Formats: sequence, structure tokens, C-alpha cells
Amino acid sequence: MQHTMIFEDNKMYLNIGPSHPAMHGCFRVLVELDGERISKAVPEIGYLHRCFEKEAESHRWDGILPYTDRLNYVSPLMNNVGYCMAVERLMNLEIPERANWIRMLICEVSRICDHLVCLGANLVDVGALTNYWYLFNERELFVDWIEALCGARLTSSYTRIGGLSRDIPSGTPEILKKCLKGTSKALNQVEKIIKRNRIFTDRTVGVGVITEDDAISYGFTGPCLRAAGCDYDVRKVDGYYHYDDVNWDIPVGESGDTFDRIFVRFEEIRQSSRIIEQILERIPEGPIAMDRGNISLPPKHDVYGSIEGMIRHFKIVMEGISPPPGEVYSCTEAANGELGFYIVSDGSDRPYRIKVRPPCFSIYQAYPKMIEGHTVADAIAIMGSLNIIAGELDR
Amino acid sequence: MCENVLEILKILIILAMLLGSVPFLVWMERKGAAYIQDRRGPNRATVLFTRFGGIFHGMADAIKLLSKEEVCPEGSYKPFYFAAPILALFLSLISVAVIPFAEPLKIGGCEFNLQIADLRSGLIYVLAISSFSAHAILYAGWGSNNKYSLIGGLRSSAQLISYEIPMALAAISIFMVAGSFRITDIVLDQGVVPLYWNIVRQPVAFVIFFVALMAESNRLPFDLPEAEAELVAGYHVEYSSMKFAMFFMAEYIHMFIAGLLIATLFLGGWQIPFINAELLKTSSYEIILFVVPLLGALLALLGALSIGSFKKCPTPFGKGDCGPIIAGSLLLIVGVVLIVGGFLAGMLDLPLWVSNVMLFLLQIVVLLIKAIFVCLLFIWIRWTLPRFRYDQMMRLGWRVLLPLGMINLIVTGAVIMYIKY
Repeated sequence: MQHTMIFEDNKMYLNIGPSHPAMHGCFRVLVELDGERISKAVPEIGYLHRCFEKEAESHRWDGILPYTDRLNYVSPLMNNVGYCMAVERLMNLEIPERANWIRMLICEVSRICDHLVCLGANLVDVGALTNYWYLFNERELFVDWIEALCGARLTSSYTRIGGLSRDIPSGTPEILKKCLKGTSKALNQVEKIIKRNRIFTDRTVGVGVITEDDAISYGFTGPCLRAAGCDYDVRKVDGYYHYDDVNWDIPVGESGDTFDRIFVRFEEIRQSSRIIEQILERIPEGPIAMDRGNISLPPKHDVYGSIEGMIRHFKIVMEGISPPPGEVYSCTEAANGELGFYIVSDGSDRPYRIKVRPPCFSIYQAYPKMIEGHTVADAIAIMGSLNIIAGELDR
Repeated sequence: MCENVLEILKILIILAMLLGSVPFLVWMERKGAAYIQDRRGPNRATVLFTRFGGIFHGMADAIKLLSKEEVCPEGSYKPFYFAAPILALFLSLISVAVIPFAEPLKIGGCEFNLQIADLRSGLIYVLAISSFSAHAILYAGWGSNNKYSLIGGLRSSAQLISYEIPMALAAISIFMVAGSFRITDIVLDQGVVPLYWNIVRQPVAFVIFFVALMAESNRLPFDLPEAEAELVAGYHVEYSSMKFAMFFMAEYIHMFIAGLLIATLFLGGWQIPFINAELLKTSSYEIILFVVPLLGALLALLGALSIGSFKKCPTPFGKGDCGPIIAGSLLLIVGVVLIVGGFLAGMLDLPLWVSNVMLFLLQIVVLLIKAIFVCLLFIWIRWTLPRFRYDQMMRLGWRVLLPLGMINLIVTGAVIMYIKY
């Protein structure tokens, strides 16, 4: 009889992950258990490291875009927007109005998708399995629209530097309005099941509390920071695109516990729905990409029909885009928080350096601190409510 | 002689019924979960162009599990590791022994009681066996040499012990009402009128017993030993193929027996609501002449409707489903036989044992319907509620259910004293 378990001071060491049903992605947390309580936790990251930043240095500016899909793979469209916006700021480009509005639209659609996934998975983590389907059925309809938009459900690569790759599919307002209606119904249903459920509130209220000051000093952004009571939102602060022109509120929590994080996400979905409804009414007609010879590809009929178009197409495909030397930090409000791109250009067709500031990275720093003193079950629930996405954490 | 044969026969019948209930319950759980979750549920397994709403998935699963590779983790403690699934299945099977499925059937000189052991200590036996079933999970948790299993096993043993006490308290209040430990007495004490069933007379005991049974059978609000999100699969994380299947079967048999127990203790057992058994026996002639043909006509109508719905299947012999036509024609045949048989039997003079056998079968069916209804409740709750945390579950057991059970006991005692004296 050979037992490999080692007991010292009645402590048990348990590896949660890297392959574990509740570790959404690939994380490993080594915890020291005192009974069921976690007395110490050591997270290890890097299991999904794919060298995004290094890889980006050897690709051309427009060739990096598909890699951004894989950052936060739950809402890839937002990463596309974040990256393109950073490069456009570096080059001082003004993209057409319609492209601005469509970018806002796809951001809000992906925010809803991301939150639906996060909420569904988080509720599964606390054992409320059924809600997962209520939320995912609605996400499915949004993803169907995204498929119609760019031909892919996950690896969207939809935006382009200087605009968009294609226009939104016909019938978009009707489709999205139907989706929003379904989403609001699903949210109400799920809220009815869980909000006043004693088991659920016991599992989430007061679990994984982080104060506003702590959250700020750890670098929290997004729903997790707002749940702690700080109304910081890059969309309001920076006011990029037309977020200042539409009416919406920042949902703010009170205590920064798991319950607040979950319901801040519920409310954010509702606010995003509000934004989408306004966008759909105000979206202007016009071109979807800049008509600049050295930035965006010409329309296909020009390529095949005129020598100028052909040459322009050839030049962009062969030489790519070359921003002026310089550096820029640009951030957008992604589903989990501030998604920043710090880009250094040396004037060539490839970036000198790209540094991504993923929201998860800062949030995950606080994770061991947050779970210490809680039970294993709480650790799982907290992990779900922080919505750590391995793709953008490890890059 | 006839007693010995019947003894063996009824054990076989009850075992077959229990083991046969597993695929049905699994199917019911999957379909129930699917409909709760806006899905269709299993409906792909097809045998001879027939689906029957996916009921063959159970067979497919059994074949899959039987043909899977046997894996034994390194460093496991073999005696415990292999004993655990056997023990789990065995313990869940034997606790059915004291449940009476129907009134004793008397034919000639033989008495056939569909209850394996009519113990005087009846319910206490069930409590004893169910507390013993913690061993299976504990052995599995310890023997697997896996930390997740170990935590699952520890949680399970703590859970079983703390819910054993409220369950026993609830049982004691039932004993007090019935004045006996024998389950047959408890059933007879409730009578045929639902107003006098223990669920009405002892609602608090019912709630405690229901919650405790749910905890004992490790179902969702209390499925901490196998909490999927936290412990991967808890105590059976290292079990594969048939060893896992045995745990799985044990879980569903546990649920079915929980349903049977609640039906027996709180829902009047095998007694048909509002209809007295004696009345049925004396008026068997009218029943055979009128009720049986009526039932037959109903079945035949259902069968005809089912066959009629077959036309709507788009591709009958390609990917279509012949379930409706098979079930429909079976129902039609049974219905016609019942109509004809009922009229013929009404015209002829029947021996007494026919009505006795009919009553016997009817009582079994009534008990099973009650048990399945309770199982449906279990399924409904499982797919609606979130999971407790370990300490919260303990708090519920010790701080809520235990005092509640004690208060219920005192109140029950006081009321009984007041009525008697």
C-alpha cells in the first residue's frame, strides 16, 4: 500500500487545474487546504501562452489582426476594434462615420455575448446548471448574426485599419432587435430563478469581497471594478467613437462581492441593449472604410476594372501599411475592462513592439488574495465571477 | 413449498423492477432536464427505425460502459477501491427489502406478499442501511488515491451523518403517529383518504424527510461529494467503465427507493386514493364489466391517435421514427383485448382470485406512480437550484433541520397526548 499524500500540520496541498472543469481555460492554482478552507494560494499562469506580443513583431500591421481574435476569445470583435483603434491613433486616421457606429455596434454585441458566457459559466460554477442554457440560447442568436457579419463565429477578424472589412448584413436592425428582446426575456428569467434564491445569495453575497481601494490599487477595470463601487468606464472617460452621443448609465455595485459582480454584468447587458437600440436608429449611411490609397484596399470592382485600383491593391498587399515612427497607448472598454494596446512603430511595415494590457491580467493578480480564507467552492465561484479568460491573460 | 418458491420469486421480481427502473429514471432525468433547459434531450439512438423518445440511449450507454477500458489508478488501495462500487450498489439495492408494494395477495392457500421482509423494525432498517452507505463513498474516496476523491468522500460522510439525525427525527414522528415501526402498519394507518395521509398530518416531518433523503441520495442542492465544478467528479473521479456504472446505478436506485419511501411513508403507500380495497373486491363484477372496457377503449383511442400521428413523420423508413406506430398498435391491441375480455368476463362467472390479482396489480401501479411522481420532484429540484457550500449545508442540517425535527417531535407528542387523554 503506497500512498503519495503528504500531510504536514494537517494541511493538504491541492492542484486546482490546469485541467479542471471550473478553470475556464488553462489555469493552475496550487492551494494549501486546511480542511475545506484555503489557507494559501499560489496561481501559476502561462499555460496558454502563445507569444502574441513577440509574434506581432514579425507580422505586418494588418496581419496581426487575426491574432487579436484569440486574445479574449469570448468577444473577439472587441479585440479587433481595440487593435485597429490603436493603429489608427498612431497614424492619426479619422475613419468614416458609418464605420464608427458599426464598431460601436459590434462592441456592444460582443459585450453582451461575453457577459452571457461569463454569467452562464459562473452560474454553472455555483451549481445552477439550467441557467446556462437560458443564457446560451440567446448568445447563439447573436453569434449567428456575427457569422452573417464576418463569416466566422469566433475568429472574426472583422475590422480593418481605416475601417471595416465589409458592411453589416441586410436586415440587421430586425435581427438584433429580436435578439435583444430574447436576451431581456432570458435575463429576467434567470434573475427570477437566482436573485432571491437563498442558496444562491448564500453562495455569493460576501464572497470574494474586494474593496474599491484595493481594486484600484490592483488595477481592476471593467465590471469587477464597477462592482466594487467605482464608476470608471473607458467608454465614458475617453468617450471614443460616439459613446458620448448615446444615453446609457454605468451600473455600479456596492460591496464588490461575487453577487455584485454577477448583477453588474446583468445590468451591463441591459445598458448595452439600450446602446444598441440607439445605434440602430442613428447609424448613418456612407462608406465603411477610408478611401486612402495607402491604407485600405480599394473596392473589388475598382481592382478588376481600373488600372489605378489594381495598382493600389497591389501596393497595399505587397507593401502593407507603414505608420510613422512613434508610440501610442490606446485603450477601449472591453467586456472585462480596459483593453489597452501600447504600440511602438519605427516606421516600417511591421510594429517594433506591441504590448497588450489585458484586463484579466491585473484582475488575476488579486485572485489568490481574494480566495484565501474561503473554501474551494468559493474559489471556483470567485474565479467565475472575475471572468478570467486564459487567452488574454497569457496572450 | 409454495412459500419458498414465492419468496425467491418476489425477490427476483423486486430486484428486476429496481434494476429495470435505472434506464427509465436516467431517461426521465435527461428528458426532464432537457425540457427544463429548453432542449430536446436524447432522441438519436434508433433501434429498427424506432426511437421511443430516446429511451434506447440507456441501452447504448450500458453497452458503452461495459466495453470501456478498465482503469485502476496507480497507488490506489485495491481492496477499498474495488469494494466501493460493489458496496454502493449492494447497499442501495437491499434497502428496498422492507417496502410493501401491495396488499398481500391470497390465492387458495398461498399468501403472496410483495415485500421481501416484513420486519417489525421496518423503517429503522432503512435508516441503518442508508447510514451504512456512507462507507461506499468513503472507501471510494480513500481508495482512489486522489485528493479530489478524498475531499468528496469526506464531504459525503459528514453530510450523511448530519442528515441522518433529522431524518431519524422525522421518522420518529411518523412512528408516533402510526404507533408502530412496521411499514405495513404505517401504510394501513394512513388510510385511503389523502386528507389522512402523513403528508397532511405531518407536513414538517415530510419536509425534513424529503430534504434529508435528497441529501442522502447526493442530488443537486446537496451533491457536494461529486460537485462537478469544484471536485471534478468527487469520489468517483477515478472510476471508469462498469465500476463507474455501478455508482451511477446506485445513485438512481437510491433515488427510486427514496421515491418509494416517501410514497410509502407520506403518500399512503400502495393504497388507491379514495377507493377502499374491500369495496373493490366486492364490486369486482361491475368493475370488470364497465371499467375494464372503458379503459380498453381509452387505450385503443390513444393507440389510434398515435398511429395517426405516424403519417406526419416526413421520412417513414429512412430516418423516421416508427415508435408511434409500434406503441400505437400495441396500445390498440391491448385496448381491443380489454374491451372484448371485459365483456366476455362480465358475461361469464369469474373466480374470486381474478379480482384479487387485478387489485394487487393496481396497487403496485399506484405505488409506482406515486414513487415516480416523487422522483419527478427530485429531478425538478435538481435542475432548478444551485449547489450549497459545504459549511452552509452543515448549517442547514444542524441548525435548521435538527431543531425543527425536535420541535415537530414535541408538538406531535403533545397533540397525540391531547387526543388520547
